[in-house]
Amino acid sequence: MERSGCQILIETLIEQGVTTIFGYPGGQVLNIYDELYKNNHRINHVLTAHEQGAAHAADGYSRASGKVGVCIATSGPGATNLITGLATANSDSIPMVAITGNVPMELIGSDSFQEVDTFGLSIPVTKHSFRVDNVENLAETVQEAFRLAKSGRPGPVLIDIPKNIQLDKTEYSPTGIAEKTPDPKPDTALLDQALEMIYESKRPIVYCGGGVINANCSEAATTLVEKTDAFMVCSMMGLTAMDNSHARYLGMSGMHGRFAATKAISECDLVIAAGVRFTDRATGNKKKFASNAKIIHLDIDSAEQGKNIDATLQIPGDLGFALNYITSKLEPQKHPQWEETVNSYKNKTKDYTAPNGCLLPWEVINAVNERATPETNIATDVGQHQMWVAQYYNFKNPRTFQTSGGLGTMGYGMGAAIGAAVATGNKTVLFTGDGSFGMNLNELATAVSQNLPLIIVILNNGVLGMIRQWQNLFFDNHFIASTLERKTDFVKLADAFGATGLRASNPEELNEALDKAFALSSPVVIDCLIPDEENVFPMVPPNGSFDNIILK
Amino acid sequence: MSSDQQFAVSIIVSNQSGALTRISSLFSQRNFNIDSFTCGVTNNPEVSRMTITATGDANKKEQLLKQISKLYDVKKVELMTPENTILRELLIAKVNATGESLQTILDAANVFRSKVVDMSPESVCIEMTGESSKLNAFLTYIAPYGILEYCRTGLVAVERGSKCLYVVD
Ligand SMILES: Cc1ncc(C[n+]2csc(CCOP(=O)(O)OP(=O)(O)O)c2C)c(N)n1
Ligand SMILES: [Mg+2]
Repeated sequence: MERSGCQILIETLIEQGVTTIFGYPGGQVLNIYDELYKNNHRINHVLTAHEQGAAHAADGYSRASGKVGVCIATSGPGATNLITGLATANSDSIPMVAITGNVPMELIGSDSFQEVDTFGLSIPVTKHSFRVDNVENLAETVQEAFRLAKSGRPGPVLIDIPKNIQLDKTEYSPTGIAEKTPDPKPDTALLDQALEMIYESKRPIVYCGGGVINANCSEAATTLVEKTDAFMVCSMMGLTAMDNSHARYLGMSGMHGRFAATKAISECDLVIAAGVRFTDRATGNKKKFASNAKIIHLDIDSAEQGKNIDATLQIPGDLGFALNYITSKLEPQKHPQWEETVNSYKNKTKDYTAPNGCLLPWEVINAVNERATPETNIATDVGQHQMWVAQYYNFKNPRTFQTSGGLGTMGYGMGAAIGAAVATGNKTVLFTGDGSFGMNLNELATAVSQNLPLIIVILNNGVLGMIRQWQNLFFDNHFIASTLERKTDFVKLADAFGATGLRASNPEELNEALDKAFALSSPVVIDCLIPDEENVFPMVPPNGSFDNIILK
Repeated sequence: MSSDQQFAVSIIVSNQSGALTRISSLFSQRNFNIDSFTCGVTNNPEVSRMTITATGDANKKEQLLKQISKLYDVKKVELMTPENTILRELLIAKVNATGESLQTILDAANVFRSKVVDMSPESVCIEMTGESSKLNAFLTYIAPYGILEYCRTGLVAVERGSKCLYVVD
């Protein structure tokens, strides 16, 4: 049957299993929106407040569900507003498809109204991008975009569709869902070498990153920890790779890692690294990172191997296959000495209690934790609050943590939390900072219009805390541009947006507010007043190592 | 740390609009030091062939190869080893040539087995192909006579023997 480009686009999206798309309309996508109107019983559109919010929502949707998140924007400013969202997803290897309309092909290059080189802009921030120049290729391009987004190392893919292609007609017949290309199998000879290295090790660490989450290998990773009698250390992207209450879970290492995790990495004799890319924030000084250890580096992307760190053994290929192969062959190991040593490092850092009953960030996080279920989504923005959540929150299930790891995008949280809540229907808590929330708080409107079960916890320290921390530690307390002398009343603000606004300045008020918020299933903002001088510790200064760790 | 070396890489890339942009964008994204970059059609209308020469240590070289091969439009990437590769570059040089210098330049052109492709009362244009070292030697020799301008294509590279970089199956 003959169909227009718009019809083909919507049909192929539905074919790919897309049920929700986040977006914002404009001149060059109006025809697509008209098809969304006609198909609103088959595909749900969530209108955000800003295209950046739509991109982060598609990203959060993907992280929470494992499905490909989809967003749509018009040409020009719509497309440029997506860029930060694409870059965020690209840094964290999140499968997404972004659709942009563009001016008709005959106008491209003439600086016409709302024309921008979306394709060119998207290149460095996507896994790949397509510009469709013939309606006959449209269905195939959409399928290919989905296949690409989820295959191999996942990532965001952009499809730019000029207006005339949306209107052109061609024959169309459904072809079904684009299957993920099977991941290449790792070389079993290399995996056998890995087994040998595990047998030789007396102080093993399993080091997991976002790749473990993307490949849905949490169980295999946990089994590996147990059979190797190792401990698990994570990068921030890998925090949900294992039930955090497992006795062998040490959590995040690196710049703001937990003491035991960073110490264990510095003392172990073997790192089995799975789906991590050893960035500067995670390793500190690369020469001193795990300097007593051999490293086995498992990753789907061979370009990661040898990029930041020269592992002893590099094994490219399917992570799930690699982990299952190793765990199925491995004779269970016992390392009681190592167990005892590492356990003695746990709880080395004491949380100090608040002077005269004021609220401390970890108290807020723990109080949320007590009320949450294993399914509760936890999203964050970027700053000190993000690090505290990474350090203190006790995650149970994979995919329940949405945070911008690689790009560190302030303003990510609102969109991401909305996406996660839409994807799962589960209670979602966003921990944000007063600075970060200011970046995209407009999305509160979206949370309200969608009536999402979203609790926004603002760890309000009155400062750009992470900036202040660096000025405090490395710039002689030159507090420039980090003190937010604002008069924003977040309770009134929540009210103005049609959400519930609450405030807590001590533990009692906090408990009361959280009880109320968890009982509601609509958006709630809790303004938590915390001291401004609190710093995130431990801290390994940039390019430092465990030897330079600052504990308080 | 190994030291910096120049190396040549051949790339087969599908003829998609934007394929070139994506590859050249990679160089700035990853801070690769590209010395030359050529691209042209091949006997297969679906693909183009590029030759890149770059400078870097072993690590940079490996990253460049891996990152390029990850690109969607890229069908094949190969490092061209000097021993096993025909490497050629084209130079057109416009040289000041008046009076007695004219004969010296024509002699040099002859020795370097190049062609004179244009002459004017003040200048000659010389076209030369060869490995980059030969072109460099020629340019050094004629420099004292005054080079007005020159243009080099950058290297193209093909492996010796009957093996081909890319065969469609
Ligand atoms: C878009 C963006 N701009 C700037 C930064 C740099 N930055 C990192 S953390 C931070 C401060 C965050 O302040 P806030 O959200 O209040 O969190 P806090 O550190 O106080 O918990 C800034 C400005 C960033 N990460 N992202
Ligand atoms: Mg703050």
